[in-house]
Amino acid sequence: MTRPDDRKRELEAKLRAYVGADIGAPEVGEDPVNEPMIRHWCQALGDANPAYTDPERAKRSVHEGIVAPPTMLQAWVLQGIDMAIPGALPMNKQRELHALLSEYGYTSVVATDTEQTYERYLRPGDQISATTVIESVSEEKATALGIGYFIDTRTTFRDQDGAEVGSMTFRVLKFKPSQPPQVATADAAPARPQRLRAPRAHDNGWWWEAIDRGELRIQKCSACGELRHPPRPMCGKCQSTEWESIAASGRGTVYSYVVMHHPPIPGYEFPLPVALIDLEEGTRIVSNVVGCPPEDVHIGMPVEASVDAVGDELKLPLFRPVQ
Amino acid sequence: MSAQGIRFDGVKVGDTLPELAIELTASLIVGGALASRDYTPVHHDRAAAQAQGMSDVFMNILTTNGLVGRYVTDWAGIDAVIKRVAIKLGGPNLPGDTMRMTGTVKAVHAGEGVVEVEIAGKNAWGNHVTGTVSVALPQPA
Repeated sequence: MTRPDDRKRELEAKLRAYVGADIGAPEVGEDPVNEPMIRHWCQALGDANPAYTDPERAKRSVHEGIVAPPTMLQAWVLQGIDMAIPGALPMNKQRELHALLSEYGYTSVVATDTEQTYERYLRPGDQISATTVIESVSEEKATALGIGYFIDTRTTFRDQDGAEVGSMTFRVLKFKPSQPPQVATADAAPARPQRLRAPRAHDNGWWWEAIDRGELRIQKCSACGELRHPPRPMCGKCQSTEWESIAASGRGTVYSYVVMHHPPIPGYEFPLPVALIDLEEGTRIVSNVVGCPPEDVHIGMPVEASVDAVGDELKLPLFRPVQ
Repeated sequence: MSAQGIRFDGVKVGDTLPELAIELTASLIVGGALASRDYTPVHHDRAAAQAQGMSDVFMNILTTNGLVGRYVTDWAGIDAVIKRVAIKLGGPNLPGDTMRMTGTVKAVHAGEGVVEVEIAGKNAWGNHVTGTVSVALPQPA
């Protein structure tokens, strides 16, 4: 039986053979640089620079005529629809390297960095070809996406005279996903990040259900009358487990606060004021102060709550300054 | 884009570019991928994107690169010449979100008339893209 370390050594020996290799024959653009493809690209991306589409204005510019957007560089050699058809593209060293890593379980790929330099802008009629070298393959790295290998390539773009017109370095991570890919369902990652939701359990579900109805409630000990928040099963003062709840007026004052700047957690707006509010009934609640610049929040500030929707599925009591 | 354009002697380190908010529609994402001839399925086929754990099609790196170039020439004008675009990608650009682009002049190189602009494009996930664009601007005659 092969031990995992041997298998990794075997893979890394194979990977080393690719470093420094030309991936194969130059990739040659099917069409020369041309105005219809430039116009289509500018329309799709909303780029109104007349250097790309207005011959008269382009002539009077530093470009002295129509040029292609420099960032279109790679578009002139890409293969189009064949990229979507399994097996349609001929094998080269780059695809071989990706296939090798897939075979060892590093099945996913993501582009992380790219740098392009331009020797000159391209003009209609230029015929572009590209050659690519695999510059390096990293050691195995642990990343947020999963463990994998970074592959760096350098592509040189040349015109019909063989003169270099630009170059590109490209880094991809070929990795084992730390979470298996999801089958396509409505549970796929949300289109927008949502705020974290509190787990609803036996002791606090009733409080969140009230919030869902737009009510801010406070738990009250049935034995001694002490108020408490967040909801919990036993009174901290008299140890009774009998409780009821009262409606909060929502009025209070800022007891203390922080303004969070970092780390920027998806789903929240930053800077984010997080405040401990003294409710007028006599207990405290942690929430956000909204409706004023974060720098205006201060200790003793009178505030008032309203239960608002934040994101698609969550309501929260948020506090605003009392006008 | 700015009608007059920017001249090299009118730029100093610390200048900021006007913010640009780009609505991320499926049309922009799919249209940008196909206009750059990138037919990788995850950029135009929702089922393929979902099979990778994404909620929908997501923007390809060539469109991001193109929007970064557009953002800089929207500010600098027709006579600007982009020399270099270097970007790092963060969270995905997905339909329904908005990418807000900002830029700051980080360096000016008097000899070549080149300025370096540091750019960022933020969406609801945080930074979609950060990077640097070097652009040659017209010099006084």
